Amino acid sequence: METAAFFNRLKDYCAIPGPSGMEDAVREQIIADISASGAEYEVDNLGNLIVFKRGRNRRPYKLLLAAHMDEVGFMISAVTDEGLLCFDAVGGIDRRVVSGRRVRFCKDGRTGIVASKSIHIQTPEEFGKCEPIPDMRIDIGCADRAEAEALVSIGDCAVFPPNYEEFGEGLIKSKAIDDRFGCAVLVELINSDLEYDTYFSFNTCEEIGCDGATEVCHRIRPDVAIILEATTAGDTCDAPEGRRACELRKGAVLSHMDGGTIYDKDLLSLALHIGEEAHIPCQLKNIVAGGNEARSFQTGASGARVLAISAPTRYIHSACCVAAKEDLLAVERLTRAILERSIPLC
Amino acid sequence: MLNLMKQFTSAFSVTGWERPLAGLIQQTLAPVADESFIDPLGNLLVLRKGKDSSRKLMIASHMDEIGFVVTSVDESGFIHVSNVGGIHAVASSFHRVRFRNGVIGVIVPESGVKAADLNANKLVVDIGASDRKSAEKRGIRVGELCAVMPMLQRLSGSRYAAKAFDDRIGCVVSAYAALHADTPAYDTWFVFTVQEEVGCRGAKPAAFRISPDYALALDVTTADECGGKAPVTRLGDGAAIKIKDSSVLCAPEIVDRLTELAKARKVKYQYEVLTAGGTDTSSMQMAGIGCIAGCISIPTRYIHSPVETLDMKDLKACADLLTAFVEEGISET
Repeated sequence: METAAFFNRLKDYCAIPGPSGMEDAVREQIIADISASGAEYEVDNLGNLIVFKRGRNRRPYKLLLAAHMDEVGFMISAVTDEGLLCFDAVGGIDRRVVSGRRVRFCKDGRTGIVASKSIHIQTPEEFGKCEPIPDMRIDIGCADRAEAEALVSIGDCAVFPPNYEEFGEGLIKSKAIDDRFGCAVLVELINSDLEYDTYFSFNTCEEIGCDGATEVCHRIRPDVAIILEATTAGDTCDAPEGRRACELRKGAVLSHMDGGTIYDKDLLSLALHIGEEAHIPCQLKNIVAGGNEARSFQTGASGARVLAISAPTRYIHSACCVAAKEDLLAVERLTRAILERSIPLC
Repeated sequence: MLNLMKQFTSAFSVTGWERPLAGLIQQTLAPVADESFIDPLGNLLVLRKGKDSSRKLMIASHMDEIGFVVTSVDESGFIHVSNVGGIHAVASSFHRVRFRNGVIGVIVPESGVKAADLNANKLVVDIGASDRKSAEKRGIRVGELCAVMPMLQRLSGSRYAAKAFDDRIGCVVSAYAALHADTPAYDTWFVFTVQEEVGCRGAKPAAFRISPDYALALDVTTADECGGKAPVTRLGDGAAIKIKDSSVLCAPEIVDRLTELAKARKVKYQYEVLTAGGTDTSSMQMAGIGCIAGCISIPTRYIHSPVETLDMKDLKACADLLTAFVEEGISET
């Protein structure tokens, strides 16, 4: 894989606005990027992009790789007389990362500012506190309700503005690394020569409950589903060693259990074994928390065996997710190494 | 039945690793099985062909029990854990635990933690390792599972205490009916499910695969404990026909039919209206296009503790009632 090209693609993908339910622009870009690969694809009723790529050999079972296209964002819920916009979060956003931020509207690229009362006019009770999201407003520079309603309507969505940047020792920061990074890896794989036939899905609405993946599961009925995700790295907070979930620069994260899934033990052992053999750094997620689309595939239809390969990511679901390039490459290498095998299923 | 109870309660079967018990049950039911296999999640599905193959009955009891998962091993060799399922941290403290590779340890609260502040994340397992390396040498790494050591104790008369009656006892009832029922009314799938304790996950794909017309779950329900007000069921009062729990409203067809069969076969029964809890019943009821679902519950005291207590007479009543339903089905023909 051409490393520079991969990170350029990741940068492009991170910049596209795509909150849950409005993944169209992400999907169109992906379709354009795989157009020369010879893969077949379809878009289902929920907007999931499902790709089938022939390999040199057939597998005796169906294997699907999944990543989600959507990111967390904001939805307008009301317009005030002053021309300010009330909003709510789409997906899980900590209110502390919202206040004072810029947001960008999906339909026209308009910029808004999350308005907060400035420190000079706060009461002593308000000082040092973060108001809940329903109490915050977005300011788009309008004088009154009529002016604002001409530009924005209820249900319009916004996301954090594009801000991809390389910094420090091999780190990147951006909004939406969760899970455009997974999408970028899948595109690389689709554009490669594969050993075996493989299904890929780029799913919608993960951040609001994995609805897209449930639909994909019933449509494709995979026997094995591998989820590529970003997972929270707790190596910057005061969590003691052993309770940090995972850490940057320690490689691809493999999960044994999270809030939604107990992962297939054979697949996990196989992934660890392949990682060791190929000298790909891997770490085990060491808290039982979070969840991803694995649960939709594991318990959807007749059930699939599931594995999650994640990139350790700091400040996930904020405007500035931070990941290490070496970890992202480790995930890509591990996934590729697993794809080259025909997994023995008992 | 006591023999099955001994075997099933002693097998390792923490949520996420139910294979040893699945193997044992598969072997036990081999003589009567027309078909049997383990699905991708680890559910065991055993078919007994019926008189009427146009309809399907699914019986579910869950193989998994609550336990602990290793989250880290520290430098002094202490093993830190998190709960798998609804652990009662006080009930689990100061017991022996067994890992899936057979390693034995003791589980204790972290030093200085008061009982009121105790939760599973504040429990540690000591396997006698002097440091991380020696723990790892014995096969204990992140993700390994353990549970309190098996115990089965006869109290007096027909009452017994054991670890993991929830839901080995459902497995016993189901296996008993599979072994002893005459030709079933319908094609009957005896399903031994996984991952019930973390949200009834196993039963969903199993029910989707079978697509049953009727479904019955077998699980424990709370009974009259010392100091408890308005008990849901009473030990010794017979098989509990579930009317509802917080996850399901049982189909009236099933409730009525079980009542009818209990009367006809002189099986002691009581009704269960549970305001909390959930069982595989709901997973089966809502899988695929849905089915007519109900549940027979086994009255049990001290659920999710190492000393769950029940009465064998109730167990026999549950087994007789299930056998009747398997043989006669939903209508009197």
